Amino acid sequence: MQQLNLRAEVKNLIFSYGDKKVLNGITLPIYENRVTALIGPSGCGKTTLLRCFNRMHDLYANAQYHGEILLYPDQRNILGKEIDPMEVRMRIGMVFQKPNPFPKSIYDNVAYGLTVRGVKKKSFIEEQVEKSLQQASLWNEVKDRLHSSATALSGGQQQRLCIARALATEPEILLLDEPTSALDPISTRHIEELIQELRKDVTIAIVTHSLHQAARVSDFTAFMYLGDLIEFGASDQIFTNPKDQRTENYITGRFG
Amino acid sequence: MEAHQDLLANIKRRQMWDFVFALMGLLALLFALVTLLALIVDLAITGVPRINAEFFVNFPSRFAEKAGILSAWVGSFCIMITTAFCAIPLGVAAGVYLEEYSKKNWISQLIELNIINLAGIPSITYGLMALGLFVYKLKLGQSILTAGLTLGLLVLPIIIVTTREAIRAIPNTIREASYAMGASKWQTVRYHILPYSSGGILTGVIISLSRAIGETAPLITIGALTFIAFLPTPPVDGQFPYLNFKWLMDPFTVMPIQMFNWLSRPQPEFHVNAAATGVVLLLMTLIMNGGAIYLRSRFRKKMKW
Amino acid sequence: MRRLRERAIETVLFLAAASSVLVTIGIVGILVVESIPFFEHVTFKEFLTDTQWTPLFENAHYGILPLLSGTLLSTVIALSVAIPLGTVAAAFLSEYVRPSWREFLKPMLELLAAVPTVVYGYFALLFVTPLLQKIIPSLSGFNVLSAGIVIGVMIVPYVSSLSEDAMRSVPNHLREASFAVGASRMQTAFRVVIPAAFSGITSAYVLGISRALGETMVVAIAAGMQPNLTINPTEPAATITAFIVQVSLGDLPHGSIGYQSIYVAGLSLLVLTLCFNIVGLWLRKKFQEKE
Repeated sequence: MQQLNLRAEVKNLIFSYGDKKVLNGITLPIYENRVTALIGPSGCGKTTLLRCFNRMHDLYANAQYHGEILLYPDQRNILGKEIDPMEVRMRIGMVFQKPNPFPKSIYDNVAYGLTVRGVKKKSFIEEQVEKSLQQASLWNEVKDRLHSSATALSGGQQQRLCIARALATEPEILLLDEPTSALDPISTRHIEELIQELRKDVTIAIVTHSLHQAARVSDFTAFMYLGDLIEFGASDQIFTNPKDQRTENYITGRFG
Repeated sequence: MEAHQDLLANIKRRQMWDFVFALMGLLALLFALVTLLALIVDLAITGVPRINAEFFVNFPSRFAEKAGILSAWVGSFCIMITTAFCAIPLGVAAGVYLEEYSKKNWISQLIELNIINLAGIPSITYGLMALGLFVYKLKLGQSILTAGLTLGLLVLPIIIVTTREAIRAIPNTIREASYAMGASKWQTVRYHILPYSSGGILTGVIISLSRAIGETAPLITIGALTFIAFLPTPPVDGQFPYLNFKWLMDPFTVMPIQMFNWLSRPQPEFHVNAAATGVVLLLMTLIMNGGAIYLRSRFRKKMKW
Repeated sequence: MRRLRERAIETVLFLAAASSVLVTIGIVGILVVESIPFFEHVTFKEFLTDTQWTPLFENAHYGILPLLSGTLLSTVIALSVAIPLGTVAAAFLSEYVRPSWREFLKPMLELLAAVPTVVYGYFALLFVTPLLQKIIPSLSGFNVLSAGIVIGVMIVPYVSSLSEDAMRSVPNHLREASFAVGASRMQTAFRVVIPAAFSGITSAYVLGISRALGETMVVAIAAGMQPNLTINPTEPAATITAFIVQVSLGDLPHGSIGYQSIYVAGLSLLVLTLCFNIVGLWLRKKFQEKE
């Protein structure tokens, strides 16, 4: 294994919606070109934590962050009040639970991130669209119909399109929020293979319901429970030799 | 680092556009609301000083300062009652049918499409229809009844649409609970659906009546007179059965027509009368609409299923 | 017995619902029936090409063009006020304003639609026209410009309310997808929300157009009632609706040519409204196919 570099670091993150505290002080490293899985029973705050990484909560009223998420190498705190969420989202991409392509053409979907940045050069956009569709292993299926509607694609294809859309802007970190929960087993396998491929180019944080998925795709795993981070470590260690009783209970299927 | 500088510049630029657009949105809203305010203030400055008790109990007159709106407000009142009697039962029944009874077939689709389209039909064509049908074919004359029927049909879609919305807000569990107790469809409607949706229906009724009270064009079209110096026949008299409906066949004028009449005269004194009538009219419609908004928000809060 | 009663009630309710269709049939039927005799006097060619509309004069002309130009002129002015204002206000309310403010601002805006049209007429004649005369001294006391502007403000809520409903019914996950790649609020509104709400926004515009075409009292009061074939908004002109009002105010014998002429005018108005509705329907269809 190569040397581990920090790509981001969550430091004592407390997050609340109005009076309701959802995350009670999370500290967690995210390593470069590794896949970090967030696991835990429903309501443990894993998706909430993931959404902090690109400030999705800012879209809704009453969201409050305390603590820091530092983005390496410049150690910029992306939760800082002075930082516009747009900046964070331009540097960190996200893929959601349910595939959510825009009701536009396949090409326009992938190019969207570049066009909102004001990229005008058509040849560059075309290059990036092809590159990211290839990265998302969708290129061969859609190269002949780039200008037909994205909503006509199958669920698995739509989700890979969403991954391509997130990759087109070359994000520093890619967030995946239960990306396969709405997909059939074959599409799920496809996406898992894709994640393995992608870690060469991008750092990935993935929320998943499936322990098998976490074990298969991730290098590190964080187990969360009721808004706390219970245990973090290399996935091998977490799944074979957990230190905390609660982690063990969860991975052996005693709850959750 | 340079890349980061570019990124920040890019964000700055887009933030600025965001701000510009938000400002435009705010200005658009403000422009509309300030216009409304200007309209109210302008009307009030001219009209309010003219309003006194005599203004309400005098008939229109050739002399501006002696003129009043007695026949107009009585006419508006009578027509509102007729409209309500015509439109509420019909509209609520239609709403209930479309939500609770209708099956998905071409007839119900036709009815639904038709209701949407009625909203776009110019109100003056209702007046033309009423002139041809009620006044001449059915020989109802240029009467309060004709006017009430005309406005009743005009506001029918509003009542149907709000009734349907109110009924749709009732969860299916209520219906299931009622049927589980062995109630028939009509009993379910009568004892559950209608009572629970009454708040929503009431707001629709208020809004439609406030619309009816301000309507002018269709009533002019059916030939409403603009100068009426008498009142409709009183509904109560000394003879058995002490109640009559002769007033329904009487000619009428209403407040908006009275206002229009004064407004179309060249003398500014009559414009003052028009403004005073406008104040009364505006006050009534704003109170009714305000009440409807209040009711709607109250029922929304109360109805937590 | 119980079943019979249920059947009877259902029939009564059905008749009530069906009566709304009768209203439409009644309107179209009466307009057509009363218009037919008109065309026994006047040829279609004269109706569509004559540049004067003077059915009540000794030397009568029956050209619809002057009324049509007045109607379209006031509608175009009204829409150039209402569509930008209404759309921008809708996008602002839907995408920028927090829900508690929206709950307050939207009903306030809707009050604009509650004001009786005759009051708007007063406002156009005695407030807006004098105001505009300070800027355009040549503006005549009766003119299409101020009537059009006031109609525009009046129909802002029709445009904005329906547009806002359409924008807000765009699912949130599309907004999140847009924000997630770093789009700004305005970009999300213009590139994702508005295209996705296009169908509903078109309906809002069509309703706005129908209202503007059919608006009567504002033009009858503030635009004068002389049929005038012109595209100059500072002059007086009559719309189809204003003509109907003008004729109705006089004493008109049933069956006279003047009586028939208001039905022809009403029918023309209905056809005009229908045309715009069909264009709207076609636009929506076309856009939906593209998706």
